[in-house]
Amino acid sequence: MQIARVVGTVVATQKHVKFGGAKLLLVQPIGLDDAPRGTPLLAVDSVGAGVHEKVLVVIEGRAAGEALGRKGAPVDAAIIGIVDHVDAQE
Amino acid sequence: MQLAKVIGVVVVTRKDDTLHGIKLMVLQPLAPDGRAIGRTLIAVDAVGAGVGETVFFVRGKEASFPFYPTEVPTDAGIVGIVDQIDVPGT
Repeated sequence: MQIARVVGTVVATQKHVKFGGAKLLLVQPIGLDDAPRGTPLLAVDSVGAGVHEKVLVVIEGRAAGEALGRKGAPVDAAIIGIVDHVDAQE
Repeated sequence: MQLAKVIGVVVVTRKDDTLHGIKLMVLQPLAPDGRAIGRTLIAVDAVGAGVGETVFFVRGKEASFPFYPTEVPTDAGIVGIVDQIDVPGT
């Protein structure tokens, strides 16, 4: 899993049927120091996250499909939690 | 998933039997602000995307799920056509 910041939303009318009703959010992976790490990606939201929130993201197909609650969904990333805070030392 | 622009098509006559009738598109991955990032790639199309459109695509085995029960040998697939991207503060 990775920590990321929600940076935006994406609207798509024409999409695979397994996405029906799913919210798509643009997330930017971040390090423990909150600095952006890597390129932003799209994740389905299963917890009701909003823009600017710090979230926990799985970047793996099976886990993302399970988070969405639909078998056989063509997804590879999902938001599975909203981070309250992180206690860590590098 | 990642945002991308469809910049072309690939025509392949001799191919794996399971790929028959499936469109292969050339994608340029995009950052949320529309900048091109990373290398271009080829993806199967599961939603009827056309050249010039902004889409989102899934990486990995999950890219073959829209064609289930056929197991298409792909590692990337277009699963949605983007109507609108909203990134506050840009």
